Amino acid sequence: MYSDKVMDHFTNPRNVGEIENASGVGTVGNARCGDIMRIYLDIDDNHVIRDVKFKTFGCGAAIATSSMATELIKGKTIEEALEITNKTVMEALDGLPPVKIHCSLLAEEAIHAALWDYATKNNIVIEGLEKPKNDIHEDER
Amino acid sequence: MIYLDNAATTKVKSEVLDAMLPYFTDKFYNPSSIYKPSRSVTEDISEARRVIASSIGAREEEIYFTSGGSESDNWALKGILLSRKSKGKHIITTKIEHHAILESCKLLEKEGFEVTYLNVSSEGLVDLEELESSIRSDTVLVSVMAANNEIGTIEPIKEIGEICKRHNVLFHTDAVQAYGVLDIDVNDMNIDLLSTSAHKINGPKGIGFLYVRKGVMISPLINGGSQERGKRAGTTNSASIIGFKKAVELKFSKREENNKYIASLRDHLRERVIKEIPYVRVNGSISKRLPNNMNFSFQFIEGEGMLLKLDSKSICASSGSACTSGSLDPSHVLLAIGLPHEIAHGSLRLTISEDNTMEEIDYVVDTLKGIISELRSMSPLYADFVNKDKESVFNV
Repeated sequence: MYSDKVMDHFTNPRNVGEIENASGVGTVGNARCGDIMRIYLDIDDNHVIRDVKFKTFGCGAAIATSSMATELIKGKTIEEALEITNKTVMEALDGLPPVKIHCSLLAEEAIHAALWDYATKNNIVIEGLEKPKNDIHEDER
Repeated sequence: MIYLDNAATTKVKSEVLDAMLPYFTDKFYNPSSIYKPSRSVTEDISEARRVIASSIGAREEEIYFTSGGSESDNWALKGILLSRKSKGKHIITTKIEHHAILESCKLLEKEGFEVTYLNVSSEGLVDLEELESSIRSDTVLVSVMAANNEIGTIEPIKEIGEICKRHNVLFHTDAVQAYGVLDIDVNDMNIDLLSTSAHKINGPKGIGFLYVRKGVMISPLINGGSQERGKRAGTTNSASIIGFKKAVELKFSKREENNKYIASLRDHLRERVIKEIPYVRVNGSISKRLPNNMNFSFQFIEGEGMLLKLDSKSICASSGSACTSGSLDPSHVLLAIGLPHEIAHGSLRLTISEDNTMEEIDYVVDTLKGIISELRSMSPLYADFVNKDKESVFNV
């Protein structure tokens, strides 16, 4: 059902944890649907994501996409991180079963939510970043 | 490997397989044919039907072989309702039935029939008063499962049978999980129709039966030849029927001793988990419960992750989480007993067999402890809970 890469990131998830006094924190999803993702960012003055951590309540795919998404944006600039889409995450994981595609959307949304939090805290505008939806399932209902 | 998913399916016993094999080779004949070798197979099938019938106190001619539980459930509902269209259009069932019942009801609703879905208690029990007061003048059939497949709750089917008899309404029970485990006597319990499946009791997949009380008219679901007294067409599945018979003989001969042993493993499992893992609840009833079933909800985590991690430790189990059901909603049974979605997502079902050992159960609990704390350490829900907890402590 899952690719080896998904299983690897589920079994040995990268960047699990929290960042104290994070530059930005984003939480998306809801417990009702069975997945919540929270991403913590540590961003330096040059807009580089120095560190990233996550906590996820969810299935194997939700944990694997969180892990992969954090890997993909670590060390990147905000602009580069914005280019990471759910498709990028999925491709990096060698694909996801169709019913799990929403997990990758959740990962993309969690990054955006954390960046939005950073922008709001610092009173800056990040070009191309829209206010994230709290719940990616809103559209599905 | 530790197999704890016996409610999903069971291993075919070697005696069962041995009994079946000749019917693929030397005894391959179609029992509907006229020649001598066929007649001998026909006799074997009759003998199997007698053995199986007597296991529920029924008569040979009241047992109709089907492809299993789903077909039996579909047939019971559609066959009865279609044959009684002029008499009534109302069915009573419960919110915790197997999908084979619930989806059949949905189809019947589309065809103009009306269905009452009874609530269940937090333990998963049907309320007899609610059931009785739901019976209408046009009620044709009551269908309540003998025991639930997810949480193991045993329903009061004898009492339900009495109510149905009193109101002159037919009573069907899905006994797929209960057959071979609980005492079932169709006459004593006033059961008019009963579904079973062989693969839940160490028989082969693809065979089961529907018991239909003599005199109860039922339209066929599968039309064609005159097999099964003209009620269920299709070439007689000789090998599987013989295997089913063998499985029944084995299951019933050791029923009490196995039930007792399996229940002792289950109780040990429950006691250890409750004692050693925090923020857990047992789903279903403690006293009115199948001996082989245990169902937990672990707070702050999701079931699929648990299953994958158990699998990586060679433990086979199942869950009622959305991710294992292919939809966004968790199990309808867990929601019906009143669990909030996030708790239902974190459920784990372990179903035991006589092949399991106490050592295996201990290994499972030890492994589970690690898995739960690992997943909780990753869970934002758990983090929030712990932080809130700390705050409240600090506020005091």
